Amino acid sequence: MEKVLKASHFNKYFYEPDKFQVLKDVSFEVDKGEFLAIVGKSGCGKSTLLYLLSTMDTEYEGKLEINGQLLSGRNQDFLSKFRNEHLGFVFQFHFLLPEFTTLQNVMLPALKLGKYSEKEVEHRAYEKLKMIGMEDHAKKLSSKLSGGQQQRVAIARALINDPTIVMGDEPTGNLDKTNTGIVFDIFREIARENHQTIIAVTHDPDFAAGCDRVIEMSDGMIISSHEN
Amino acid sequence: MNLKITTQIARTHLMAKKRQTLVAMLGVTFGIAMFITMISFMQGVNQFLEDSALDASPHVRMYNEVNTQRPALIDQLNRSDSAFNVIYHQKPKEQLSRLKNGLLIARRIGREPGVLGVSPQLSTQVFYNNGPIQISGTIAGVDIDRENRLYNLKSRLKSGTIGALQSNPNGLIMGHVLARKLNVHTGDKVSVTTPTGGTMILRVVGTFGFGIGTLDNSKSYANLSTVQEILQKDAGYITDIHIKMIDPLQAIPFGRKLRAMYGYYTEDWATANSAILAGEQIRNVMTFVVSMTLLVVAGFGIYNIMNMNVINKIKDIAILKATGFEGKDIVLIFLFQAIFIGLLGGLLGLLIGFTLSYLLSITPFNTGDFITIKTFPVIFEPKYYGMGILFGLITTVLAGYFPSRKASKVDPVSILRG
Repeated sequence: MEKVLKASHFNKYFYEPDKFQVLKDVSFEVDKGEFLAIVGKSGCGKSTLLYLLSTMDTEYEGKLEINGQLLSGRNQDFLSKFRNEHLGFVFQFHFLLPEFTTLQNVMLPALKLGKYSEKEVEHRAYEKLKMIGMEDHAKKLSSKLSGGQQQRVAIARALINDPTIVMGDEPTGNLDKTNTGIVFDIFREIARENHQTIIAVTHDPDFAAGCDRVIEMSDGMIISSHEN
Repeated sequence: MNLKITTQIARTHLMAKKRQTLVAMLGVTFGIAMFITMISFMQGVNQFLEDSALDASPHVRMYNEVNTQRPALIDQLNRSDSAFNVIYHQKPKEQLSRLKNGLLIARRIGREPGVLGVSPQLSTQVFYNNGPIQISGTIAGVDIDRENRLYNLKSRLKSGTIGALQSNPNGLIMGHVLARKLNVHTGDKVSVTTPTGGTMILRVVGTFGFGIGTLDNSKSYANLSTVQEILQKDAGYITDIHIKMIDPLQAIPFGRKLRAMYGYYTEDWATANSAILAGEQIRNVMTFVVSMTLLVVAGFGIYNIMNMNVINKIKDIAILKATGFEGKDIVLIFLFQAIFIGLLGGLLGLLIGFTLSYLLSITPFNTGDFITIKTFPVIFEPKYYGMGILFGLITTVLAGYFPSRKASKVDPVSILRG
């Protein structure tokens, strides 16, 4: 199987209030099209790990490779471009831009990428919204949507540039059971159909149980990795 | 492409918070409106004072200074190192204040390049008598056409005409305050007595007002030949040559040149009006300081609002960065907002500034006899409007740049982790 992400020997320290090692020599690899869950108790370092993988946090020791490209030690502008093209994010607190419509929120990363014309971007954004069942809300301001709806729109936004990897920090963290089910099904589908890789940090045992593989962390180390 | 998407985001931000945008804009508007009003009014006052002083004085005046120091004759004839001469009560040499060949000199100066006009004249101290009233003043014998060319006398006349002086050899155009003190009107007669004792009855054919006290309450114009006649001098006798230049700044070197050429004293307008020029400089500095203060205050207002804007939008900035926007895109987004606010607020400021200046320029302003204006002096100079919008833009761009640079440095991880 093709490896899409390689993380080797990650060490990360927090300096406030005292020096504290959050990640201790973490190494792992992810296959293309794999649906991976990272689980563990609060404070075990799983979110920190995810933000290192996301390239937004650059203060760490270790080597990160995504899609065969070395990303550790690169400058911010390069990483911004790389994120734009290859990575999609879904956060715990949905995080849409409230002044923009649903459609505009989905379109923004694609407009930034500039690969397609504005018309094509709009067409693609509609397709993504259709996939998550939100096309009827396209022209609504995103601040007028419910939490579950916003989370689905955030997924559509994460998918707009057809990223290699979609990352989620507790993507179902504050959703009810129905919405959690919907979000999970969307992830499941894009991993299976489009062979896009999903890496999700989660507390939800049901969510983790549905994934291809679960990595369990404790005290900054990977303690187990098992396939479902 | 990036420019397009960043402007779109900036526009959405501005439209979403219309009231906040308006408040920020009004800050700029107020600053620039006040700047325009201030500078138009202050420069108007400067221009008016300069005009009223300089219009009434020649750029160069050539005259013969009679009280020159001279060595005693005995010192020249009987010099020795072993003795010294004591002279009491030495009288100045009997000397006329005339310019020799004055009319010829005037004609030659008139042909020099850069000279707008020359008016040779004969000026003397006199007493004006009307019944029991005696007032001392001066009388200038002039060629009234030439004098008009230099000082635009026609527009200064309060009554009578210039033609009346030409057609009446014993006519007199009198300062209007002097005329009032003497209780004479156009058509009345007044007796003029010179220091040497000559007396003549002249008829007032007009009154003038320069707006300058020392002229309006002591000076009169008569024909050159009339004054020569009172003084019992020949037809070539003149004491002053007044010169106006096309470029007033040329007057200073030109005066020096004339002095070297003809040997008579020359006085230029800058020396004669040094107090007015110093006052003008002080007012310019004051205008500049006040205007700058206004713009800086407006700038701080925008800075505050932009800063708040960035703090309010910090989550959005984190999302934009997470989804692939670079630091410079974020700077552009907020800079566009600042420029929009600066440009629109500035243009509105120009409009309001113009309106205020216009209203000021038609406000009645009564100052009595000496000042010849009826409304506040305001000048409308496109240069100031250009400066206003330029300063407005510079301050808003600076005030927008610092918060936006801060925004571009936001660490998305710390925001998104909550």
